[in-house]
Amino acid sequence: MIAPDPENTPTTPATATTVPTVADGIKTQLVVGMEVHVQLATRTKMFTGAPNVAWPDNYDAQPNTLCDPVVLGMPGVLPVINKQAVEMSMLVGLALGCKIARQTKWDRKSYYYPDLPKNYQISQYDQPLCADGQIDIPASDEPDAPLKTIRIIRAHLEEDAGKLLHEAPGGIKIDHSIVDLNRAGTPLLEIVTHPDLDTPEQVVIFAQTLRNICRTLGVTEGIMQKGHMRFEPNINVVIEKDGQTYKTPIVEIKNLNSFKALYGAVSYEYRRQVDDWLQTGIVMKSGSKSTRGWDDVNLVTLLQREKEEAHDYRYFPDPDLVPLVIDDAWIDRIKPLLSELPLQRHKRYVEQLGLNAKDASAIIDEPKVAAFFEEVLTTGVDPKRAAAMLLNYGAKRANEQSCLISELGITPTQIKSIADLTAADKIGSSAADELFGHCCEPGNQSKSPDALAQEHGLLQVSDTGALEGFIDEVLANPKNAKIIDDIKNGKDKAIGALLGQVMKLSKGQANPKVVGDLIKQKVRGG
Amino acid sequence: MNPTQTTLLELRDAIAAKKISAKQAVTAYLDRIDQHNNTLNAYHETYADRALQRAQDVDADKVTGPLAGVPIAIKDNLATDWGVTTCSSKILENFRSPYTATAVAKLEAAGAVILGKTNLDEFAMGSSTENSAFGPTRNPWDTHRVPGGSSGGAAAAMAADLCAGSIGSDTGGSIRQPAALCGVVGFKPTYGRVSRFGLVAFASSLDQIGPLTRTVSDAALMLSVISGPDERDSTCASQQPRDYLAEVDQPVSGLRIGVAKQYISDTNDPAVNQAVDEAINMFRSCGAQIVEIDLPHTQYGIPTYYLVATAEASSNLARYDGVRYGRRCDDPKDLIDLYSRSRAEGFGEEIKRRIMLGTYALSSGYYDAYYVRALKVRRLIKRDFDLAFSSCDAILCPTTTAPAFRLGEKSDDPLSMYMNDVYTVNANLAGIPGISLPGGFTTVTHNGTPPQKLPLGIQLLGPVFEETKLLRIARMYESATTHHQVRPSL
Repeated sequence: MIAPDPENTPTTPATATTVPTVADGIKTQLVVGMEVHVQLATRTKMFTGAPNVAWPDNYDAQPNTLCDPVVLGMPGVLPVINKQAVEMSMLVGLALGCKIARQTKWDRKSYYYPDLPKNYQISQYDQPLCADGQIDIPASDEPDAPLKTIRIIRAHLEEDAGKLLHEAPGGIKIDHSIVDLNRAGTPLLEIVTHPDLDTPEQVVIFAQTLRNICRTLGVTEGIMQKGHMRFEPNINVVIEKDGQTYKTPIVEIKNLNSFKALYGAVSYEYRRQVDDWLQTGIVMKSGSKSTRGWDDVNLVTLLQREKEEAHDYRYFPDPDLVPLVIDDAWIDRIKPLLSELPLQRHKRYVEQLGLNAKDASAIIDEPKVAAFFEEVLTTGVDPKRAAAMLLNYGAKRANEQSCLISELGITPTQIKSIADLTAADKIGSSAADELFGHCCEPGNQSKSPDALAQEHGLLQVSDTGALEGFIDEVLANPKNAKIIDDIKNGKDKAIGALLGQVMKLSKGQANPKVVGDLIKQKVRGG
Repeated sequence: MNPTQTTLLELRDAIAAKKISAKQAVTAYLDRIDQHNNTLNAYHETYADRALQRAQDVDADKVTGPLAGVPIAIKDNLATDWGVTTCSSKILENFRSPYTATAVAKLEAAGAVILGKTNLDEFAMGSSTENSAFGPTRNPWDTHRVPGGSSGGAAAAMAADLCAGSIGSDTGGSIRQPAALCGVVGFKPTYGRVSRFGLVAFASSLDQIGPLTRTVSDAALMLSVISGPDERDSTCASQQPRDYLAEVDQPVSGLRIGVAKQYISDTNDPAVNQAVDEAINMFRSCGAQIVEIDLPHTQYGIPTYYLVATAEASSNLARYDGVRYGRRCDDPKDLIDLYSRSRAEGFGEEIKRRIMLGTYALSSGYYDAYYVRALKVRRLIKRDFDLAFSSCDAILCPTTTAPAFRLGEKSDDPLSMYMNDVYTVNANLAGIPGISLPGGFTTVTHNGTPPQKLPLGIQLLGPVFEETKLLRIARMYESATTHHQVRPSL
């Protein structure tokens, strides 16, 4: 199907959360900063050659099959940086307008957990690969919403942990926990924003925009159910009462992996923090961040950890890795890979190509379709006509076949030819649709639409001699006497009824314009 | 010839010339191990069948190379995809590695025959090889004394001719100190010269693999084989290995030997200072210029070392948790119980002490005062050496403060044990190469026992990646002395 990437559909609140803007004589303002984890779709893991679970071939790998001694944290093995992951991160950093560090290093973040084989995670503590960026997002879902700038603090590279399971695959109950390390060591880009987001809606728009950027850059397929992107909003509320300003304590919600959960959790937390403040009056203290989790059955956030119980991660530079030095030449090699970002592309499609906003979004939502459309455009085809063909003829076929429009088989050159045939009135719209279908059939990719149209009798008949027979037959039909009178009396609309009959006789091949002219001539005699 | 009473080089040449078969050589060493290992406990395990098979392959010319047929011992913190890799720890008692350390793989690719794995202080933490879960190794010169550590098994095996050459690892002196106490050559190369892949990490920024041998030439040959870049170790230098042996016999002309007052202490055993004086005289008589140098931060080496090394160790050893491999306690109640009992049962006392020290040094609130400050001092120590090497080619100093001490003598006094490394740790902190050479003997008595002859070591330190020159200088000393030719009577 065309876009409807289910994950990009507008989010409607799961529950009618009342947003507490004005209540009890107070004014409130939500403040949200985001931490986003993006699994990078490299072929191998962050620090070793074991296959990466975020690489499409490995999505369905059996538990603990994407492992090697480095993933398992065995004695004496050493991490080696995956250059592809670094370059993908640079690409995202550049797309987010970040500065790329000229020197960056790796640090160990220590904590004990069975899904963390070394009991430390290799991350970047004080020298992130990317820092100080910003992106513009629509401030709301309204069609003409103004853009809003979201500042990016940093984006750093680290390794993912594995998974701890409390039941065996298939939902079988067990009396102990088991570990799947397929995810352990997957390259993870952590993007951290300033607290620039104001509404739950904006939080979701930011998340979706970021996802589209990452998908466009090809660093992830962004499949949310697979955990390719995970969101951790940091939330608090500024409350004004009686001319005084109060700030509620900051709460971080861990590991949200759907836009619905993101919206629900932020909305709920907004309400909860205001209610909590009204009851207790507790305000933010320095370092007083607690952690909550989202219960997507009961649609509430639940306390996981207070700051007092926070870990001491004992960060220190990883002595197994050397600092990474990035020179201008390297950055210059990456820059050309930076494709046009979704928002820019949308603007161009609407303003320069004349597409309507909805069609433009439909094409852009799926990067592969957008890339295909760009290829179609290189043929010199009329952009609006090409877009209409893809979204009408293409979308329904893609839907039927559960594939992308770009995967139907039809080639950009064929699309250009069909557009030309239509523009030259050589085929009608239903014939064009049928011809589009023939071009998609296996083995037809090398055939020209002209030949296919001929082969399937889709070309319109404009030869007056051939058409006159059909027209005479229709005019001779007594049932049409009333219509003929109307035409004589100047009712052009009435021609349509006769035209339809001629089209039927010609099995759709008659050129409607030529037929119309001939009817007028014959009926009005001139 | 008696294959166990020769040098590695001579044996290598004899096997190559087929004057003796590799099988005869390996058999002779295996017999000697059978005869003496019960007393010395130098080896954890030997691979007789595998070694004899390799020897036969050498004799059939199926295996060739610069070490073809030479029987070698390796320290048991080097992973091999055969046998067990224990690190002398209960926590890895039955650990079988699916991979082989790069240095070991290079030895085998050069035709060496691995005889077995030698004892060490648990995870290479110690200076006496008494911290081994599998019992202490004894010094072949006096079995009531320690061989030094942590490569005590390697040094004892070498001194007792239970191998023709061996490799160990040196984090704060673990090759050089036992080499000195056992009267053999021990060489720690520049950090990054030899790949650490497969070396079970103690302190990653300090650990370095190197040879323990009978002679300097043997060490040069072994280093040529084991060194070189490795894509599996990012900290391994890109420099290609050199043929150190080819140049080792060329004396260095215009040689300048640096002597630092900080290394000649009144608290040293007088025999140690005398050995250094004799070495100074020897170099002078060879025409070398003796240069007085200053290494003002020397005294901070031990505290700096014990912060950096323990901090890294506390993190490196976090992986031994009983979850995926290694020792797991019986019937854990819950996750915390699994972690704490597996580690409590699996690690020895010294390991626990160092994990606690390192965890403390990295903890929030103490990090800047301990770890960060230690890194600053580490840079100062390195700068001391950089400055010193602008006026000399190598620094001459003792390897240890005294000859081998008795088993148990320092077990209850960790600080006194740590001071054993006072002349060796700074080379690790600076990343420079250092070699300990047999530097003479002293005679000691204890509680009326008959006088016992014990070896002493002298140490030469060189600038980073100047192994060639350092080996040439070491060889100049060796060729003017006979200390390395004296063997303990077993």
